[in-house]
Amino acid sequence: MEENASHHVATKTFVFVWIALLCLTGLTIKAAQMQMGEWSMVANIAIASAKASLVLWFFMHLKYEKRLFKLLLFVPIMTISIIIVLTFFDIWYR
Amino acid sequence: MPYARIFVLMNETAHIEHRDYATAKLGMWLFLFTEILLFGGMFLVYAEYRQLNTADFHEAGREMNIFLGAANTVILLTSSLTMALAISAIKKGMKIRSLLFQAATVLLGLGFLVNKYFEWSDHIRKGLYPDSPVLLAMSHGKILFFGLYYVMTGIHALHVIIGLSVIIFMFVLTLRGNISGTDYVKLENTGLFWHIVDIIWIYLFPLFYLIL
Repeated sequence: MEENASHHVATKTFVFVWIALLCLTGLTIKAAQMQMGEWSMVANIAIASAKASLVLWFFMHLKYEKRLFKLLLFVPIMTISIIIVLTFFDIWYR
Repeated sequence: MPYARIFVLMNETAHIEHRDYATAKLGMWLFLFTEILLFGGMFLVYAEYRQLNTADFHEAGREMNIFLGAANTVILLTSSLTMALAISAIKKGMKIRSLLFQAATVLLGLGFLVNKYFEWSDHIRKGLYPDSPVLLAMSHGKILFFGLYYVMTGIHALHVIIGLSVIIFMFVLTLRGNISGTDYVKLENTGLFWHIVDIIWIYLFPLFYLIL
């Protein structure tokens, strides 16, 4: 853990991530204005997930953490995904 | 064992500082998972009601001010950057630099809340608040949209307020030297909380402001 704890991330890396996040924000607004109907929603959720991953991976340091932390994150994400998918099966096929 | 020896032992143990870096972080991540589930439940309700009231949600979404929403997104993303920089500064032992970045994070967070204030007062002026006569006269789907809007952005704003309070507390601890280049897990965990608040906003922005 010690080498992870003291891992220094270059300021430049954080600034690049921040610029990428701003670009994705611009992209998500463009995607919404293209009037693609429900596909806009799919595009927006995909872009939001890309942004969230950047924040998790770099800002929240997950890239430099032990594998345990990365694996544990799948527990809440999978829980939410399963519940949402099952609920939608109910809405669509009832 | 002679009493004197026990006394010495007790004195020695009293001075050992017990720190467990990995466990402190693991505990914070477990708490963050409960936050993901808390907002996840609300996202589920949103997804179902949107599916059942698509047209109403799109119409109600036009009431949102995209500019204010986008401005708040940029503010929160920038505050996440300053928080990350505050942590990497303290890790290198640069106290003043860390304090400046923590102060910048607090100012950006306050900016977010000021924006939110203008946004909500604009809706309330138009009569769009829970249980208002204007809103109750609207269709079922629109009432649901504004209900979800107030609950989800409201609970998110509450998280921003809590996050800001904790960062201010950490600022004082850094100033006093309790958080330093050798002991910074408290600041790191505060940063984790601040970033999860940012991530939740990343999803709230397209769901409420970008349904055109």
